[in-house]
Amino acid sequence: MLNYAIKRLLLLVPVFLAVSVVIFMIIHLVPGDPIDNMIQIGSSPEQKAALIARYGLDQPLLLQYGVWLRNLLRGDLGDAMILRRPVFQLIAENLPHSLRLGGLAFLFSTVVGIATGALAALFKDSWIDRSVMALILLGSTLPSFWLGLLMIMVFAVQLEWFPVSGARSWTALVLPVLTIGLHGVALVARVTRAAMLDIGRRDFVLMLHAKGLSHRRIQLQHVLRHALLPVVTILSLRIGWIVGGAVTIEFVFARPGLGSLLITSLAQRDYPVVQGCLLMLAMAVMLGTLLGDLVQAGMDPRVRDNLR
Amino acid sequence: MSAFASSPLWRVLRTWRGGVSLAVLLAIALAAIFAPWVAPYPYDIQNLSATNKAPSLAHWLGTDEFGRDVLSRIIYGARTSLTVAMAAIFGSVTLGMGLGAAAGYFGGLFDRIVTAIVDLTWSFPEVLIALIFVAILGAGLYSTMVAISIAYLAQFARLTRAQIMAIKSETYVEAAANLGSGHLHILFRHLLPNAITPVIVAGMLAIGDAIILEATLGFFGLGVQPPKPSWGAMMSSGTGQIFLAPWTILGPGVAIAIAVVSINLFGDALIEALDIRNRVREV
Amino acid sequence: MALLDVRDLSVSIGALQPLDRIAFSLDKGSILGLVGESGSGKSLTAMALMGLLPLIGGRVSGGSVRFDGTELVGLAEERYRALRGHRIALITQNPMTSLDSMLRVGEQIDQVGLLHLGLSAAQARARSIELLTQLRIPDAATVHQQYPHQMSGGMKQRVVIAMALAGDPELIVADEPTTALDVTIQAQIIQILVDLVRQRGLALVLITHDMGVVAQACDQVVVLYAGRVCEGSSVEAIFARPAHPYTQALIACIPRAGQARGSLQGIAGMVPSVSNYASGCRYHPRCALAQAVCQTDVPPLRTVAEHHRVACHFAMQDAASHG
Repeated sequence: MLNYAIKRLLLLVPVFLAVSVVIFMIIHLVPGDPIDNMIQIGSSPEQKAALIARYGLDQPLLLQYGVWLRNLLRGDLGDAMILRRPVFQLIAENLPHSLRLGGLAFLFSTVVGIATGALAALFKDSWIDRSVMALILLGSTLPSFWLGLLMIMVFAVQLEWFPVSGARSWTALVLPVLTIGLHGVALVARVTRAAMLDIGRRDFVLMLHAKGLSHRRIQLQHVLRHALLPVVTILSLRIGWIVGGAVTIEFVFARPGLGSLLITSLAQRDYPVVQGCLLMLAMAVMLGTLLGDLVQAGMDPRVRDNLR
Repeated sequence: MSAFASSPLWRVLRTWRGGVSLAVLLAIALAAIFAPWVAPYPYDIQNLSATNKAPSLAHWLGTDEFGRDVLSRIIYGARTSLTVAMAAIFGSVTLGMGLGAAAGYFGGLFDRIVTAIVDLTWSFPEVLIALIFVAILGAGLYSTMVAISIAYLAQFARLTRAQIMAIKSETYVEAAANLGSGHLHILFRHLLPNAITPVIVAGMLAIGDAIILEATLGFFGLGVQPPKPSWGAMMSSGTGQIFLAPWTILGPGVAIAIAVVSINLFGDALIEALDIRNRVREV
Repeated sequence: MALLDVRDLSVSIGALQPLDRIAFSLDKGSILGLVGESGSGKSLTAMALMGLLPLIGGRVSGGSVRFDGTELVGLAEERYRALRGHRIALITQNPMTSLDSMLRVGEQIDQVGLLHLGLSAAQARARSIELLTQLRIPDAATVHQQYPHQMSGGMKQRVVIAMALAGDPELIVADEPTTALDVTIQAQIIQILVDLVRQRGLALVLITHDMGVVAQACDQVVVLYAGRVCEGSSVEAIFARPAHPYTQALIACIPRAGQARGSLQGIAGMVPSVSNYASGCRYHPRCALAQAVCQTDVPPLRTVAEHHRVACHFAMQDAASHG
């Protein structure tokens, strides 16, 4: 199992390199001189020369990439143009907020999603099932940023239960987590329900009935366990949506985090920051996917044995 | 006539879901096409003496912070959303089908390379990919189209490739190959027609997602630029008026919701009628 | 009193009626073979006996199933659950798919003891290991901790049998327990079942399409065709004096040692699907003795000799001519 994990981790390297190339190229594909895109207008020639030396901007492209990569691995992600602070610092400040939001949203989606999906399957065709299906429809078709705005309008502005924006207290987390989470719940519940109904038709379930177990016990203690496999598969494939959701929702709720940092720096054309954020977010997606794969492999006894 | 009566389209139309959602979609499309005749006001006429007015008989959905009629802006905004989404998805489907079909049919190293790239982008959220390309291309109508197009490329390439690979080994294809048909001939006559349907339906459903993505980018201020009306940008400027004029946010939002829900319902009904559920949704 | 008494059992699925007035009875310590080709309704009978028809969208539309005096048709679900796995056990056809792939096999056997016999975890485990040993599984304690995918088909089927025995049943319904197994294992498994019946005084309904198995193991036979009983008798009578044309054809199909090559015999025609059942006697389209009356009148199940019943308009003639 450990070997498998290490192998997959190593496979991540070429993927990371490929992504980093694309992100590196951003500065060079954007119209204008890369130097001007990295430094403020009105900088002195000495500052420009220092920049050229630091990033090897007078070198051929390939070497530039090498320099950039080397700087990256040393923690030097460049300096923000507008704020004139190291990008690394900006990211380090914002990352914890995003992690908190993303983590909680993931937890919420998974737990509530599996629970509602299982309930829907258990009480198939009842009002419970139909309500869950309606919830799934809403959660998967409503744009998340609109949902966020709606939440703000109802719960923050009208009812004043939660703050409208920012991250000053833990209550400020509730609405953003719910907004991202609702979309996730829809996905997880849909897969859980479908998986449970599908598995419920298998032979071993017939056998469980023949042994005298009750329907409820069979569904919750046996079928659900099998259904978790496709759920984990889906979650690990689509872990990206949490990142995407966090980016959008942070902006909507004006929360600090990598997402709002990315959006604002895009609007301001602060490319070093843009690159840094994109890189971090891409890494988050890759690591999340890897983690999902590992959990998946660990859950199925057949796969576990094959890996030994 | 009887052929139509038994065709999947008719079966879909007969259901509540299929019929109503298609009617709604047609209404939206017609409103967008004939916007200058349907909208009560032009979208950019400002009336600074009537800013942030609540919905009334004169302005069914109220006015925004510049006194512009919200309803008209929503109707014109439909043009933007639909155009961008459909153009982007059309490009995405075409390119994706081409890549996926070629990869699935020819196999070998080409297939492996394409699959590696596609799988790479597959796990990334569409928002992120779109943002990357907006970073490179800047904001605006065309860059939004391209960005969205690329964001969904992986989905269609994968889907097509899976369809092609499933059909490739069917005996009638082998027979055609043995009889000396060329590669292109086999691709176009035999493989693509069967593979096309699930991809087309997936494309339709993706238009709904694309509308949301376009609105999201617009909300960030990175999509279609003013004065062109865009649902996302309307909501973004609406947040400044969140206490004074919530209808500026609700209006476009409801419009998006109606459009996307209709697309999803119609698509689902179509999937059931064609009985291709297992081939369309990989995820 | 017979342990199991089935009378006029009819099963419907939706608008179709796949089983029509099935009847047979079974005593303790004996084995009844339920024979027929695929599609004859054998598995449905098993499901009906276990009360599991709702799982496949079916229901009992008529008749009675009496188990030890208790009427099972219409029995409340909680009471039926108390019987299943405990006094009546099921062995299914495909051991590859009837075990839960995510649980160790031992746990799956223990479950029965925990549920029905009120055993403690340790007691259940000991009992399971003992059962596995009795079923001639070597190193039962290790096997107890294994997962299904780590075993062969024959071992898995023994696990399934152990699961069936764990509740101390009086009646076992075995639906084609050897069909999915290698020929070499088949005879072993059948012998295990026979020994269990003789040693513990169980009753066994053995569903099969293989007349050879019937000859090897059964005391009584019931022949099914297209959802109806054609013939029911002791095993000796059925082989010595088969009265129904279908039974005769089935027996003629059994390959014999010394048969000339290329002379395998079959029965002309195909088993009809439920929606295509013929009128009158359902076998008449494939029957050599068919006359006009066979198409119009359903032949009733009549007693032609002691414990020997046949449903055929011309069985009497045959039986008479065979003496």
